[in-house]
Amino acid sequence: MLGEGIIKGMTETARNFFGSYIDSDRLVTVQYPEQRLPLKENTRNFPFLVHDGDDPEKGLRCVACKICEKECPPQCIFIVLERDEKGKPQKHPKVFDLDISVCMSCQICVEVCPFDAIKMDTEFELSHDDRFRGLLLDKKQLAKPNHYYHKIHPVEAAEVDERLAAEKAKAEAKAKAAAAPKPAAGPAAATAGKPAAPRQPVPA
Amino acid sequence: MQEILDQLFVLLKAWLVGFFPLPWQPLVSILISVAALILVFALLFAVATILERKGLGRIQNRYGPNRVGPCGFFQPIADGLKMLIKEDIVPSGADRVVHFLAPIALVAPVLLAFSVLPYGRNMAPIDLDAGIVVFFAVGAGTELAVFMAGWSSRNKYSLLGAMRAIAQMISYEVPLILSSVTVIMIVGSLRPIQIVEAQAGYQGWLPAWHVFTPWGLAGFLLFAIAATAESNRSPFDMPEGESEIVAGYFVEYSGFKFALFFMGEYFGMFAISGLAITLFLGGWHAPLPFLEKSIPSYVWFFVKLFGFIAMFIWLRGTLPRLRVDQLMNFAWKFVLPMTLLNILAAGLWRFLPAGATRWLVCLVILLGAFLALGRSMVARRKWSPRKYRFAE
Repeated sequence: MLGEGIIKGMTETARNFFGSYIDSDRLVTVQYPEQRLPLKENTRNFPFLVHDGDDPEKGLRCVACKICEKECPPQCIFIVLERDEKGKPQKHPKVFDLDISVCMSCQICVEVCPFDAIKMDTEFELSHDDRFRGLLLDKKQLAKPNHYYHKIHPVEAAEVDERLAAEKAKAEAKAKAAAAPKPAAGPAAATAGKPAAPRQPVPA
Repeated sequence: MQEILDQLFVLLKAWLVGFFPLPWQPLVSILISVAALILVFALLFAVATILERKGLGRIQNRYGPNRVGPCGFFQPIADGLKMLIKEDIVPSGADRVVHFLAPIALVAPVLLAFSVLPYGRNMAPIDLDAGIVVFFAVGAGTELAVFMAGWSSRNKYSLLGAMRAIAQMISYEVPLILSSVTVIMIVGSLRPIQIVEAQAGYQGWLPAWHVFTPWGLAGFLLFAIAATAESNRSPFDMPEGESEIVAGYFVEYSGFKFALFFMGEYFGMFAISGLAITLFLGGWHAPLPFLEKSIPSYVWFFVKLFGFIAMFIWLRGTLPRLRVDQLMNFAWKFVLPMTLLNILAAGLWRFLPAGATRWLVCLVILLGAFLALGRSMVARRKWSPRKYRFAE
């Protein structure tokens, strides 16, 4: 009969209408600013710099090797190496700028970093009224402690910590072994003894 | 006390008019009526938009707007401010004069149509002997405005929308008028106040509204269908057709001109609902005898109007848009024959003696027609590979 389908449809919408007042499970909308869903483990947005300990300046894992700067496809990273008064490189970035208006969140910088110094952040409320300076993050804004990294990516951070600890232990053992038979090879052992160094080709 | 409450606005107007010298009084009286109409219906427009957005949201298991003010009920104010401060863009190829006039030509006739409806006891702005004719005459003016908008914008979407609007509105104008003819036949008058008076009184508990007769019920349903099409509401929103032709005839309108189109559409919906209330639902009469005296008459009119708004929202939340051929088939093959048979039923009702026989006769005619015509509407066509007779 004509009109049957209309009546069927209208009972359905009426059920939705009244049901949404009775059964709050029907309303799936997340009331965003007040109510937030937990982010997934693999969420990524823009990179940040991991630092160990509490001092973001001293504990920074970054050694200013500039691999990420070279690999970055949209070239949003800008690094200047720190040098002391004599002009000797310090294994520490003097400037580390990252323009998140250019960054495409590809994570290549994270993949290539030999020191696990740069990781992906999950912070997404980054809007700013200054479209140039406001989106250009400097070293101070980028540096975040390791426990923050543990908070946003717990599984990945645990793996990284384990790997770093293993590498550190291996490097110490190697340095000890190198130091025992040939005490003459001082400079090489000294460089290899630093915690971040082991992935670099060790001079034979 | 209840008498005073019932006549509150009539007395208020008489008191206000009394301040002016005698020769000015007719003009002042008209201006007060116009101001009241525009204020009340603009407010109703704001309320209807927020109710529609919230209602549609709930139908789709969403919250709807809930940020501005308590439960989002100040959303229309925010919308209105946004509309007011938006840039008004006129396409370079547009006919500027017609483009400017179209929204005005849409809202003005609808406001004129408001003037003949009785909103309560002694509360018709103008008491015209041919009020129903005036209503339909000015109502047809909106079609011109729609085509003006579509044509002057110089945009293919707006032109398509305007063509669809014309085809649809003219097709449904016929059943709209024919379904209201039954009431005019029975009452014997084109005067809205007299039509409402004819529906006063009660048979037991049942009010003597036209909708409680077989021809009245059929006429009301047909009128409601045609009214939905006439006010371009979903499922007959083809002229707008957002998913097909962006926004139809008002694609090229922005800012306050767009708001005027939006308002004209809602005003049209209110006006045609008001006419349906006047013709079939007993105007400002109460549905139950003991409510007649205790609650003012204008309250009942607006309660019924809100019922209509709720129904329109419910329909919009339920039905998908019709296709052009479905729309035309429905108008000419179902609604139009039904209205013609309904006129026959109303005539028989008028001349047969009161009692069960005329109920039976009218019901048989109308139900038979509904089933017979309905069968042809829902019959599935058998699809088969196309056979070419000449182009083999």
